[in-house]
Order: sequence, then C-alpha cells, then structure tokens
Amino acid sequence: MKRLALIAAIGAFRLAACSQAPDKIIFHEVSNPLTLAEWNVVSLDRGHLVTSGGSVAYDVSAPLFTDYAHKFRTVYTPDAAPILADGSLDFPVGTVISKTFYYPENADGVVRSEDSGGDAINLATHRVIETRLLVRRDSGWDPVSYVWNEGETEARLKRTGAVVPLTLSGMPFAYVVPNENQCAGCHASDMSTKALHPLGAIAPQFRDRSKMVVEGVMRPDAFTAQADYRDDELSLDVRARSYLATNCAHCHNPVGPADTSGLDLSLSAQSDLVLGRCKPPIAAGSGTGGHTFSIVPGDPDGSILSYRMASTDPGAMMPELGRSIAHDEGVALIREWIAAMDGDCS
Amino acid sequence: MRKYLIVGTALCLAACSQAEPEAITDTAYQDTLQLALLDAQPGDVITIPAGTHSLDRGLSLTAEGVTIRGEGMDQSILSFKGQIAGAEGLLITGDNVVLENFAVEDAKGDAIKINDTDGVTIRGVRVEWTGEAKTENGAYGLYPVQTTNVLIEGVVAIGASDAGIYVGQSKGVIVRNSRAERNVAGIEIENTQDADVYGNVATDNTGGILVFNMPGLTQPGARVRVYDNDVYENDRGNFGHPGTPVASIPAGSGVVVNSHDDVEIFENRIRDNRTANIIIASVYSSNFADSSFSDTFDPYPDRIHVHSNTLSGGGHKPDGMELKAAKTVKFGLTGRFPHVLWDGFVRGEDDPMICIEEPEAEVFNADLANGSKNMRVETEPHRCTLPRLAEVTLKDG
Repeated sequence: MKRLALIAAIGAFRLAACSQAPDKIIFHEVSNPLTLAEWNVVSLDRGHLVTSGGSVAYDVSAPLFTDYAHKFRTVYTPDAAPILADGSLDFPVGTVISKTFYYPENADGVVRSEDSGGDAINLATHRVIETRLLVRRDSGWDPVSYVWNEGETEARLKRTGAVVPLTLSGMPFAYVVPNENQCAGCHASDMSTKALHPLGAIAPQFRDRSKMVVEGVMRPDAFTAQADYRDDELSLDVRARSYLATNCAHCHNPVGPADTSGLDLSLSAQSDLVLGRCKPPIAAGSGTGGHTFSIVPGDPDGSILSYRMASTDPGAMMPELGRSIAHDEGVALIREWIAAMDGDCS
Repeated sequence: MRKYLIVGTALCLAACSQAEPEAITDTAYQDTLQLALLDAQPGDVITIPAGTHSLDRGLSLTAEGVTIRGEGMDQSILSFKGQIAGAEGLLITGDNVVLENFAVEDAKGDAIKINDTDGVTIRGVRVEWTGEAKTENGAYGLYPVQTTNVLIEGVVAIGASDAGIYVGQSKGVIVRNSRAERNVAGIEIENTQDADVYGNVATDNTGGILVFNMPGLTQPGARVRVYDNDVYENDRGNFGHPGTPVASIPAGSGVVVNSHDDVEIFENRIRDNRTANIIIASVYSSNFADSSFSDTFDPYPDRIHVHSNTLSGGGHKPDGMELKAAKTVKFGLTGRFPHVLWDGFVRGEDDPMICIEEPEAEVFNADLANGSKNMRVETEPHRCTLPRLAEVTLKDG
C-alpha cells in the first residue's frame, strides 16, 4: 500500500512538472518561431540547458572543429530511423536535430578545453553562444539558427548570421554565426541536389550506438563506425582520414561544392592523387602559401593542405566557413600524417 | 565658449578627412541585404542602392531566378575591406541568376563566385582590388565554376592576384565587351567547353587572355574561340601567389594557350606584350611539370588555329632568365622574339596541328622538350589550316 502511494505521489509530481512544460517537442511544420524555447527541444532547468520534449542527447566520434566550441547535441525523431547504405539515417518528417555551441567560461572570457560531451550545460560555468536546428519537414531539411543573449535566458532567431566577439584563453577572436544560406555550405554536400542533410546525426558518428537504439533514434541495423581521430591507439592514417572526412569532405567529395578542386577527402577516396599527393592546386589563390602541391610527401611545411588548415586568412583558410582560429591539434595530426609519407613529387 | 567648441570640431573634421578612411561595417545594411538574399524567390529583383556599403562577412544566394541589380558599377559598391569571414564577397549557388550594375571591392578571397549552376548573367559589374596590384589581393574577380550557359558582358576586373575574369570547368560561355587590367591573368578560360571570348580589352596584366587545361579535373577544356579582342602591353610583373598555375606566366604574355585543344585565335589586335604576343605551351613547361597526372589527362595542345590577327611589337624584353637568354642568343640584344612562342613539346610523331596562318608572324620553337638544345625559328611546319570552330549559343534561361 505504502509503495503504491509512493508511486502515485511520483506520478502526481511528474504530471505537475509536465503541466508546467509539456514534455513533447513542438514541431513547427511551416515557419520558424522567433525563439528557441518555442521548439522545446532543449530547455532551461535550474541553471542548466537540458534536453526536453523527448530529445535525446548524443555525442559524435569525430567532431567538426568550430573554434574550440563545445557542442551539446540532441535529436528528436517520431520514429526510429533506418540506417541507409551510406550510414546516414532516414529520419521521418517531424525530426528535429539541435546543436548548441558553448564554451567553459571564467572571469577573463571563454576557455579552451577538451569537449568532454555530456547531457546538459551548466550555465554557471559555461557561456552558450548559439543553437542550430536541422528540421525535417515535408520539403526536406531546413536549417534554423538561434543566438543566445548574454544573460543566457533566451535564444532568438538570427537568419543573417552574427559576429560574437569572444576572448578564448586570452586570445580575442570573432566567433561567426553563419547565415541561413551558409548552412548549405556544409550540409548540402551533393551539388547535384543541393539538398541539406545532417552530418553529425548519422549512424557512423554516434558514439553510443546502443543508447540511440534503446532511445528509439535509429533501428539496430549494421554500419561501420567512424574512427575517433583523437584516439592515439589508432593508426595515423585512420585518424587523419577520419579527421579530413569530418572537417573537409562535406565539400571535398566527388559531388561536393569543392569537387571543382579535384581534391577528394572523403573516406571513399581511393587514389593518392585525389587525396592531394603531388596534386597541383586549381584555384587556390593565396591558399597555396607559395606551395606547389596539396601534399608533398614527408614535407608538411611544403604542403598546401596543412598550410590552409593553419591559416586564418578568409581568402586562404580551409574550411572556408565555421572557424576563425586554427585547430592546433588537427593541424598537428595532418602534419604528422604528411611527414610520415614516403616518396617525393619529382 | 560654445563658439570655441564649434571651431574645435571643425578642426577635427578637417584632420579626420585626411586620415585613411576606416572600414566601418554597415551592419544594418549587411543584415538587410543578406536577409533579402535569404528570402529571395524566383523572379525577384534585389536592388543595391547607390553608395559604398562596407560589409564584414561574405554574402550568399542559393535561390534561383534572382536578379541583383545596382545603380551602376561606380555607384553601388559593396566593399569588403573589413571582411573577417567568407571565402568570397558574394557566393551564388542558384540557377539563372543575373548580376548587374554594381561593384564588389576588396574581397579577402574571390570577389564573386558562382558554383555549379545553370544560367549565369553578369553584366556591367565591376570587381576590383583597390590600391596597388599586389599578391595579398584576392584570387579571382568573377569566378563561375562548373556552370553552364554563362554570359559575362561589359564587366571590369581589376587587381586580382590570380585572374580578373575566370571561367572554370564550364560549358557554353560568352565573355564579351569587358575590360581586365592589372590582374595576373586578365581573362582565363580553364577546362571549359565551348567558349567565345570577344570584344574585350586586356591590358596591363601579367598575361592578357589565357586558355588553360589543368590536370586532375573531371572535364577537359575544348573549343574556345578568342577573337576581336584588344590585347596589349600585358607587361605587369607577375604578382601571383607562388604555387598557383598563373604564377608561372611570364610577364608580357598576350594570349596564352596551355595544354588545351581546339582553340581558335583570330581577328584580335595583339601588340606590345614584351615576352610574346602569343604563347602556346604544354603543362610540361609550367611549374607543374612534376605533377602526378591522371591517365586521362592530355598535356599537349592540339589543333590551335591562329589567323587573321593584327600583331605588332612585343617580344623585345621577355620575362625570366631563360627566356631572356634565349632571346639574346637567337635574336641579339636589340632583337625580339617572333610573335608566336611555342615550347615544342609534342606527343611522339603526331602533328599537333598548331596552325599559324599569319603571313607576318614567325614561330619560335623553344625546344624545351630537349632542354632547349635546338631552339629555332620554325615557321613552315605551322603553315597549316583547320576548320573554323562554331559560334557559341547559349540556352535561354
């Protein structure tokens, strides 16, 4: 009896909580509301930003670099998605994926540190910058971008992008929120369709596969996981290829916006030439850094690839969007990969 | 008191007007314009009012059938002097876009890039890097790539550290009645099929008009006509980024064909380009001789038809030690190269059909294939003719 009463009490409590914030996302079928709160995919709860509305938090194996921002990722889907042959998920209409960009913070600004993932953001010790949504509607995936106010009380729709001045561990830089069209710069990786699609919420990227199955995000189909490029146990080649696949291949693939360059950095790339070995630049401009080939085996100082990754000049740097500062660890990995290559270009 | 204060303000204004103008971003206009680009529907005309609008991030348009129109290339100016993000000033990825009567200045990367679209019209647009022509300038002025049905007319391109007007990997292209100056390459047609380049002025570039075929791309170039252009005094020292294909262009190059097949160069007025008025070469004499080529890449220029041009001057002061030495050895200190310079690379015994139907023009074979052991004036083998290429017609958008 006592036990039953306790259960009843918990039930009542839950119901009460639910009546304050209905525990279901609000799917906007046509237009985008002016505030993030109106989606109920994440919400503020006792000083934390947490999942809500049935969204499931997830981490990826090989994250994209975005100016050392940490990322809090969620996915909500009405039905578990089947895994397609390329590892992508066939999410139904009604799916909402979110990614919140944030930094640990102290009195001097934001702090550069390893993104350890997690299911919530403690707002007392972190600064949230923006939350991006990918919304699966009838017509396809739509990008929606919300920028947080400094008080971290509200994120408002910002279609034209924004510049947020930040100081990262003593270094001032301009954090750039992309405009709505620029979302397609990465998320429309096939120029024949120019259709947007998720890049992180795909089966090979999910770090916790069983959680995604148990939570009803995806079906338990087979797939090959993408390597974590930060994992020192893996071979240099596997790590470098995974890094390039995540950070470059949304454009540098055989049908992507950067197929104009002849450089293919996707995991499916086979030949050394398309991967850049002794490949002359096509339209690199200042991106050559004075170098003649994308990759000169054994010579990271003489390779265009590592030069452009280390550059912060908008006219020279790669990727073109999504960062204002260089990813030291990523540059180091690719330099090490190039340094270990045998042969030369003559 | 108040009077003194006013005097003080007047002094400050006078002083400020002498200082270098700061690029203060017009964030309100930037938001307005980018929002218009986001909301654009087919058939919309987005207008850029007169004035200089300072922007700090690249603009982008994905919608199709949109016109962006200013009040004139010297009136409606988008200035990217203070740009902090974006690899170009304006990126277009929608089909059937018309750009007309405005200017893009001082973009950090390329000025206007159009990627993978069908139907591009650029008319009366100016792309410019103001101030000195220098290596730090952005790479391409107008940059349609993997596009089809491209019309560029009445544009002006100045100061690009690569090419002022560059059309790459495209099909069905007309570039006409435009002006390119103070770029490394004035007009460059690369890996493009069916292009007509006519009625243009290319002067004061490193190279005037280039027709290039690069290795490692999905589409080889084919059928390019260069005619009725004025190509003169393209003598500017090469300020391209080392490593880029154009960085190997000698200063003083008029019309240059590299590794490209089926090019017809006729009825142009080409004069006073100090290395040579016309250069025909293989990738083997560029700075990419050591590159890995795919098996399908054809490095030799074939079927190049030069006829009915007005050629004069030039060839007297070639760029680079090797060319200088070759000129002096063969033609003396005061002599000059013939109008046509050929690097001499051939595919075995095949006749490459480099036909120079110019009674006044000789051909200098630099014999680079054999380490220039037998450099020679060799005109007779080039006295041949080829069928005329067809006019390019664009599909209506």
